[in-house]
Amino acid sequence: MTLNAKIPAGPLEKKWDNHRFSLKLVNPANKRKYTIVVVRTGLAGASAAASLAQLGYNVIALCYHESPRRAHSIAAQGGINAPKNYTNDGDSVYRLFYDTVKGGDYRAREANVYRLAEVSGSIIDQCVAQGVPFGREYGGLLDNRSFGGAQVSRTFYARGQTGQQLLLGAYSALVRQMDAGSVKFYPRREMLDLVVVEGQARGIVARNMVSGALEVYTGHAVVLATGGYANAFYLSTNARACNATAIWRAHKRGAYFGNPCYTQIHPTCIPQSGSYQSKLTLMSESLRNDGRIWVPKIKGDTRGPEDIPEEERDYYLERLYPSFGNLVPRDVASRRAKEMCDQGFGVGPTHLAVYLDFTDAIRRSGKHWIEEKYGNLFDMYHEITAEDPYKVPMRIYPAVHYTMGGLWVDYNLMSTIPGLYVIGEANFSDHGANRLGASALMQGLADGYFVLPYTIGDYLATTAFSPVRPDDEPFREVSKDVEERIATLMSIKGHRTPDNFHKALGSIMWHNVGMARNKKRLETAIGEIAALREEFWRDVNVVGASDDLNMELERAGRIADFLELGELLARDALHRNESCGGHFREEYQTEEGEAKRDDKKFSYVAAWEFTGDFAKPVLHKEPLEFEYAKPSQRSYK
Amino acid sequence: MNFTLKIWRQKNARADGRFVTYSLRDISPDASFLEMLDILNEDLVTNGEEPVAFDHDCREGICGSCGVMIKGRAHGPNQREATCELRMRSFPDGDTIVVEPWRARPFPVIKDLIVDRSAFDRIMQAGGYVSVRTGAAPDANAIPVPKADAEEAMDAAACIGCGACVATCPNGSAMLFVAAKVSHLVLLPQGRAERTQRVERMVAQMDAEGFGACSNTYACEVECPKHISVDHIARLNEEYIRAKVV
Repeated sequence: MTLNAKIPAGPLEKKWDNHRFSLKLVNPANKRKYTIVVVRTGLAGASAAASLAQLGYNVIALCYHESPRRAHSIAAQGGINAPKNYTNDGDSVYRLFYDTVKGGDYRAREANVYRLAEVSGSIIDQCVAQGVPFGREYGGLLDNRSFGGAQVSRTFYARGQTGQQLLLGAYSALVRQMDAGSVKFYPRREMLDLVVVEGQARGIVARNMVSGALEVYTGHAVVLATGGYANAFYLSTNARACNATAIWRAHKRGAYFGNPCYTQIHPTCIPQSGSYQSKLTLMSESLRNDGRIWVPKIKGDTRGPEDIPEEERDYYLERLYPSFGNLVPRDVASRRAKEMCDQGFGVGPTHLAVYLDFTDAIRRSGKHWIEEKYGNLFDMYHEITAEDPYKVPMRIYPAVHYTMGGLWVDYNLMSTIPGLYVIGEANFSDHGANRLGASALMQGLADGYFVLPYTIGDYLATTAFSPVRPDDEPFREVSKDVEERIATLMSIKGHRTPDNFHKALGSIMWHNVGMARNKKRLETAIGEIAALREEFWRDVNVVGASDDLNMELERAGRIADFLELGELLARDALHRNESCGGHFREEYQTEEGEAKRDDKKFSYVAAWEFTGDFAKPVLHKEPLEFEYAKPSQRSYK
Repeated sequence: MNFTLKIWRQKNARADGRFVTYSLRDISPDASFLEMLDILNEDLVTNGEEPVAFDHDCREGICGSCGVMIKGRAHGPNQREATCELRMRSFPDGDTIVVEPWRARPFPVIKDLIVDRSAFDRIMQAGGYVSVRTGAAPDANAIPVPKADAEEAMDAAACIGCGACVATCPNGSAMLFVAAKVSHLVLLPQGRAERTQRVERMVAQMDAEGFGACSNTYACEVECPKHISVDHIARLNEEYIRAKVV
């Protein structure tokens, strides 16, 4: 199968307009004849489900939470970008496009990124109309801040809870459609497999997480809005339940997996304190706008931060990158922090941390100003560490946070399985090898509100569908597969808990496939993951029953999929003999220790095809062409 | 640190529940309350027993999934914290900790510490939104909103829908939850067009779900992890009177 990204012809700024005009429309009276199954209802899923229902389609939406409002989008703190240029500092759609392509280290599709930048302004309009209480100035107009690597102020925010407010906005649009009866919502359901009929995605098999019953949902198209796979690393900033099962099952049914090795390590997390730790807590990198990052100049310095005089501190980001300073992109900030700690300059009890210091900002603008901007983050830090960041510098360390990779989709957001759409973090599309701050919320909502509702109509209008029923052969077959898999997991009755396997996988991933990778460690990881997977299917112990609410069974199923995905992630990282964005290979760096791309050999999307449980995945390449943003060495000096 | 736990175990909605006592040793004071439960569950699972079922997800106090009564208090002894934010250093060493699910008729127990809070979604469905079609919005800066109003709306919008207000209320009232949404939307010009039907429908749904009325004890504000003020209940009452009487 050759990959066709279906990028429209014509000049960059006309592509989306022209494409929208060329898309076939579904007659309003016919829309109600189509059913779309939307899997999960975070930012991307809720906004898509609401928008599709408004257009007149029947929508079935499911999530594994008790309510759409629990989705992990809610935890995003910092903000959402849009080039409104309200601050008159020279922003434009083109600049946001350019920054995003460059920030992604020239590994994203120009056409997708331009469209993202183009529709982002409408997202802000939409959210304000829904009642999202963005931060405002005294004149009553919207406030902006600069954020994570941007030199213009284009980030809209709702205190440190932007994700929460945007999700609640999308949730409000969704409940309105539930109220109108146009969305049927099923909570506490987990998709366990995809059903492909005559080459088209026509439904899913899900488990009712309260009763344990397997249920079939049928439709004319399936939309996966199931988030990323950072929990393959066990400790990450993702919520505990975030998992890759939906996309991994779809991958095994024929959807190619794009760029699995592009993972993002976030620089400003609260350091780990013990082995019992269940997750890492991220603090918005907006903190880097006003906080200064430093380590002592003396290795292994045990003095408290207040006892280290100014001239004995190394503000290393300001020293290495005078023009961007503390605002360098996430991958650079993370790698430098790890490097400082590896060289022995780390601080705190574990020496795996650097300082993020607000003393100067408090002196300059007052405690009240800091409180208004970052109050909840400071409170959160205080609660977790029992230290007051108004008085003592915060300690921070990088943690896995976001995955740029995901299922491969074309310009219409359709995967390699006709009728299977993938939106939000679950797809690979817009961030290239590194995502800039405040652009995850932007992409989730762009896909859900303003892209998918157009493109899916074209598919429905131009495709012939056979009628399907939940008891048709293909649905019964897939249900049987799922049932057998669950029965196998329940019957092993080994010695190790699912969580124990998850921790073991996380340790392999973090040490070998984390921030700095090399051939030897990646090969080690591939071998170790395969061995661990074999052991899992021999020795896992899942207690309880399958026809009951069973957290252990849920977890075991997710870990089984992470054990496969983790290997693909490592394979992708191993094949990509270059450094780009969040993928840093130690063998490929400049003399100054920056990522060294190889545009001649690797300017492509790696799309992996599943070929069988014991067969090697097959690599397909979608070449990337840069007509507008010409690849250059990223420099933040 | 060492603890004795008395945890409510209940197989499902129909079964009777009971307290079961567990003891835990060598818990780090920096462990969170939920991590302490994780440790207990790993022990249980290792011994072939069923773990204690509890809702949780983000573990940073924003998703609203977690929430249990700890020693008789919603989300435990500290203020402005969800259960997941509570650290074991907040308890004295050797303490006996009683853990129960939210107790309120509209929140039936599903299993152990998990309750069904879908009543909250149905209340939201009854008007907790602004009716705006995707794509129909004017420019975001077309309508100025005074900063003070936007800030107060944000204070109310910070609600995480955890249900602590209901669980802690002697009358099982959801007034603070409903008030937070009504107040958030009526403080903004975007939400005012539908203010009348919103407050009428949301309050009617709240009553239909079986939540009690406010009895002015203000325990909800004390236990709310986001410290949402009962002033919003005053605004809810004002809106309700405006809709029904004025």
